[in-house]
Amino acid sequence: MRRNVIIKTVSRFLVPFIQVYALYVIVHGALGAGGGFQGGVVFAASFILMIIAFGLTCVRERFNYKWIVMLSALGITIYATIGLLCLIPGGNYLEYGSIEALLGIPHLHGYLIDAVEIGIGITVMATMTSIIYDMGDTGGESS
Amino acid sequence: MKLKALLAVAFIGIILFWAAGDLPAFGDPEAPATRYTGKLYVDLALSDIGVENIVAAILASYRGFDTLGEVVVIFTAGISVALLLRRGGRL
Repeated sequence: MRRNVIIKTVSRFLVPFIQVYALYVIVHGALGAGGGFQGGVVFAASFILMIIAFGLTCVRERFNYKWIVMLSALGITIYATIGLLCLIPGGNYLEYGSIEALLGIPHLHGYLIDAVEIGIGITVMATMTSIIYDMGDTGGESS
Repeated sequence: MKLKALLAVAFIGIILFWAAGDLPAFGDPEAPATRYTGKLYVDLALSDIGVENIVAAILASYRGFDTLGEVVVIFTAGISVALLLRRGGRL
C-alpha cells in the first residue's frame, strides 16, 4: 500500500494528543467520567492510527511483541499487588481502607483507586495492541 | 414450521407485554432496584471511600475483586489470540 504523505503528517501530529487524552481519561477515573478500560482502549487507538499510517512493521520495531506481553502482565501485577498490600495491616484482599487507616494519609483510598485504574489501563492498552499486531500480521507480504 | 415459530414468538411476546405493565416507571425513585442497594451506595460512597465518582467507587473498591477478574479475562483473551495467530517464534 502506498503511504500517503497527508495521512503520515496528520497522524504524526495527532498521535501525541490522543495519548495525552488517554492518560487524562485513565487518571480522571476517580473524579469523573473515565477509567482504566476506556483510557486503555483510547491509548491502543493511537497505536492503531500509527499502524494505519506507517505500517505494522515500522510500529513493531519501536514497540515489539516482548514489551507488549510484559506490559499486559505488568498491569495485572500492579492491581494484584495493591490488593495484597491491603493484607499487611490486617484488612481483606483489596480492602484499601486498611492501608489508609494504617498510614493515616487522608484520601489514600482514592489514590489507590487511581493506581488500580492505571494498572487496568496498562493491561487493556497492551492487550488491545497485541491483538491488533496478531490480526494485522500478514507474514511479510505487502498489505 | 414457520407458523409454529410465529406462534411461539407471538406467545412469548404477549407474555412479555403482559409482564411489562408491572414494571416500575422510567426513573422511578421508589423502584425496587434503586431503593435498597443503590440508595446505600449513593449515601455511603463519599464517606466510605472519599471519591466523588460513585461509579469508580463501586467498580474499583466495592466490586474490586470482580474488576480484577475482568482484567484477567481481557489478559486471557489477548494471550489466547497470540497463541492462536502469532506466527514465528515464542510468545
